[in-house]
Amino acid sequence: MTLDDLDAVDRRLINRLQDGLPLVARPYAAVAGELGIAEGDLLYRLERLREGGVLSRFGPMYHAERLGGGLTLAALAVPEADYERVTDTVNAFPEVAHNYRREHALNMWFVLATETPEAIAETIAGIEAATGLPVYNMPKEEEFHVRLHLPV
Amino acid sequence: MSVSTCPSRPDPDGDVPERDARGLDAADRAIVLATQAGLPLVPDPWGAVGREVGMSGEAVLERMRAMQERGVIRRVAAVPNHYRLGYVANGMTVWDVDDAQIDRLGREVAAIEGVSHCYRRPRHLPHWPYNLFAMLHGCSREEVERQAAVLRERLGEACRDHRILYSSRILKKTGLRLARRVPQE
Repeated sequence: MTLDDLDAVDRRLINRLQDGLPLVARPYAAVAGELGIAEGDLLYRLERLREGGVLSRFGPMYHAERLGGGLTLAALAVPEADYERVTDTVNAFPEVAHNYRREHALNMWFVLATETPEAIAETIAGIEAATGLPVYNMPKEEEFHVRLHLPV
Repeated sequence: MSVSTCPSRPDPDGDVPERDARGLDAADRAIVLATQAGLPLVPDPWGAVGREVGMSGEAVLERMRAMQERGVIRRVAAVPNHYRLGYVANGMTVWDVDDAQIDRLGREVAAIEGVSHCYRRPRHLPHWPYNLFAMLHGCSREEVERQAAVLRERLGEACRDHRILYSSRILKKTGLRLARRVPQE
């Protein structure tokens, strides 16, 4: 499913739901009312968008630190010849929430989310031991903004 | 923060449920576990979650509102797949900004249209001099570069150097997950 498969209502729905579902008794009916469509139509479209991969997920976005856990961004400089092996090694850690290949000498960037703040250091030590590479740990020191909104 | 008793476990003695270090009690934690992969797409999602965790839909809704108020939940929202929406150029822009000015400039950069995430992070000298990170998303690298030029201008003399690190492959994207362990209470 791609951008070409979306009609005008899908686009309005995606834009609207990036802003958040109201926490009310019948939340989908409330948003459907705003958009002038039926609740059933909204649910059908939302399911299609999620199944089709246009939406990665739909649900509560939890704040890791306020859940009491640890969160950090970390990077590795992985030799190209070893890239696949190191990807498998790093991804096998359940604490790795996201992992992206990026174009730089530091060519692997991943987010670690752990149950406790202390577990970040243990996980980093585990990744260093498993990959044989130094991990560049870059925890946020200040959050200026977090608000992903991609209009379609 | 108000502490409410879990409606599924009425507590005649008036004791409040114990909370763990993260400020979530067992009922909150059950809701997090039941919803972290997604909210049910049914007319009454709170009732559906409630049936899974042994609470009424009203209690689930009330707890989710309270968690949103405390900032534990940022919002309940759709997370788009950048690439599928045509945002094929996703650049992590990184900037080496004067420490004395970064808090003011970080807030200014964060307010610029198109910046989705903006953080101050530690340098790793000499290899990594960048201390300000701002994510930009565009339909082409040219578009991301135009946005980056706006940031560059805003940072002015306070910025010594910058880079744009494009993502060339998603290696993993499962999101934040709590382990399904029994809360220790």
